[in-house]
Amino acid sequence: MSDQLSSRTTDSTAAVNPVQVDLAGDRTSSGAPSPTLLEVRDLRVNFHLQRSIVPAVQGMTFSVNAGQTIGIIGESGSGKSVTARAIMGLLPKKTAEVLGSVRFEGKELLDLSDREMRQHRGKNIVLVFQDPMRSLNPTMRIGTQIAEALHSHQKITRADAHKRVVELLQMVRIPSAEQRFHEYPHQLSGGMRQRVMIAMALSCGPKVMIADEPTTALDVTTQAQIMELLRELQRELNMAVVLISHDMGLAAMYTDEVAVMYAGRVVEQATTKRLFKHVRMPYTRALLDSIPSLDHPSLEPLSVIKGRPPDLSALPPGCPFSPRCHFAQHKCEESPILETTEDGDRFACWFPL
Amino acid sequence: MSISMNEHPHSLASGEHLLEVRDLVVEFAVRERSGVKGAKVQAVSGLSFDISPGETLGVVGETGCGKSTMARAVMQAARPKSGEVIFEGQDLTKLSNKDLQDVRKHLQIIFQDPFSSVDPRWRVKNIIEEPLIIHGAGNPEEREKRVTELLDLVGLDINIHGNRRPRELSGGQCQRVAIARALALSPRLMVCDEAVSSLDVSIQAQILNLLIRLRQELGLSYLFIAHDLAVVKYLSDRVAVMYLGRFCEIGPAELLYLQPLHPYTTALLDAIPNTGGHPSKHHEELGIEAPSPINPPSGCRYRTRCPRAQERCALEEPQMRFLAPGHGVACHFPNNSNTSEPRD
Repeated sequence: MSDQLSSRTTDSTAAVNPVQVDLAGDRTSSGAPSPTLLEVRDLRVNFHLQRSIVPAVQGMTFSVNAGQTIGIIGESGSGKSVTARAIMGLLPKKTAEVLGSVRFEGKELLDLSDREMRQHRGKNIVLVFQDPMRSLNPTMRIGTQIAEALHSHQKITRADAHKRVVELLQMVRIPSAEQRFHEYPHQLSGGMRQRVMIAMALSCGPKVMIADEPTTALDVTTQAQIMELLRELQRELNMAVVLISHDMGLAAMYTDEVAVMYAGRVVEQATTKRLFKHVRMPYTRALLDSIPSLDHPSLEPLSVIKGRPPDLSALPPGCPFSPRCHFAQHKCEESPILETTEDGDRFACWFPL
Repeated sequence: MSISMNEHPHSLASGEHLLEVRDLVVEFAVRERSGVKGAKVQAVSGLSFDISPGETLGVVGETGCGKSTMARAVMQAARPKSGEVIFEGQDLTKLSNKDLQDVRKHLQIIFQDPFSSVDPRWRVKNIIEEPLIIHGAGNPEEREKRVTELLDLVGLDINIHGNRRPRELSGGQCQRVAIARALALSPRLMVCDEAVSSLDVSIQAQILNLLIRLRQELGLSYLFIAHDLAVVKYLSDRVAVMYLGRFCEIGPAELLYLQPLHPYTTALLDAIPNTGGHPSKHHEELGIEAPSPINPPSGCRYRTRCPRAQERCALEEPQMRFLAPGHGVACHFPNNSNTSEPRD
């Protein structure tokens, strides 16, 4: 991978960034089956509040291989971002109880101490947030900020770091990178800021990137550019990507597999192709139907999911979607089992479509 | 003053426009930057459009193209530098702030973030009652009846939601409250500035359906501003596409999406992710970001990103011309509607 990377930038990359070279050794060539990089098993997150316990994520299971993208889709409050933070070990230890297993290249991350976790975070596994303005330091030049990320994970001289940062800025297609190095976040547009965030995330050659609504704050045109960029970089670096989004269209276009979340649990999970061909869970169907698409006849009422997502601290018994479901019956008062089909697709519904 | 729900004495002769905007220009002074003194930015430069009673005009465009500035200029929230905003036969730009208050009964706006458009310490029923008090409508009993009606109209219950404070509502419910407040004085035109953009899809569908129902029941007109092209198409009779403070295309919604004339409209449509799973065609991919409106390109403002730009585009600013009834485009080299493949 590193030779591909350096050919994109300059030949000095390998010398400047020893990490990149080490990574290349670990990675299999594109012909062999790609290794599972991130494996999440039965992840559960409970927030212990003063008066109540909020089960924010219940039994999340998925894995991503190198070069693969999984989409986690759901409305706000469905537990998407909590899942991302739990994987990254970013939840407050005092209030958040994280159970289950998160393995990176077979190594359990949940057992690691803060100090050990810091070795992985930002280097092997990175997180790109939605709002680049709030994740960047407004008082620091962008080049310096990216260099800071480099310095925290590797021994590198200032001059080498500068060189590497300019390469990274070029890699995320920021024009006149040399000058941009010295600019502050407020001088950049939203799309450019998100590119800077991606450059920073890529600085130490990550194997897994979790992108939490990376384009939600951006225009459709900029969104298309950023998503294309992410896809190209993923191919070049053979990264595993976890794309968190509320946008079904984005998931359909840029993922290999989709997990749909509702009220903290996965209600349906399948390869993207099969999911959009055959939806089994009524919630997924309802979510798809409530998006006005370009071929939807104007002014004809959209089919609507009645009510609103449940309060996680007071979930209805059984299937959490049943109070809003058109197909709900008595049986739905019992919790549905997450069934697995022959193809390996999974869905949690007593009466699948 | 009567405050009945069905009060809609259209003072307009038939065929007349509810809102007519002519050559609207909004200018802001730019702080001194890199040695340029007294620089001005034209956020909106020469917009003209009209809205008939009961009609919805949708406006789409990227961040910073001047959509919201246009909305505020129509409301006279920021006074335009020049141009006319004729609402029900009156030019609002010539009215004093005091006279405007009367007009605003019939001209209301709802914003993107419902929580920041209501007072967090007020109760829902007081929030909705406030415009009625300001405009001296009815006595307390009549007002309470009206508040009940309004809440009912937007799908809330005064007994359940009336005494709540905004923080006790969900985003969708709070947007309903903002809509109920805007409806309190029976407006004829409602300006919706990204009114559904911050809502989850399932809630967004509920609010869109509500807006459509209100339009049918109350004969409302909307100036509906959003960046989501599908949402705009769904709600609008006509759609205008805005780029750097100017309209580059305006036309009937169905036609504009089926046969876009302006290369920018094509590029916007191609950028939408679709659940069909086919990657968009990207034949007119937008290579670079929009230039700053402080220093717009000469001639056609879109030419720096346009795949079809030629010498003429840099020299001469294209004027809006109508190639089909109601379908106008400001481009020297519009898409050929005969050869372009119909998009689905």
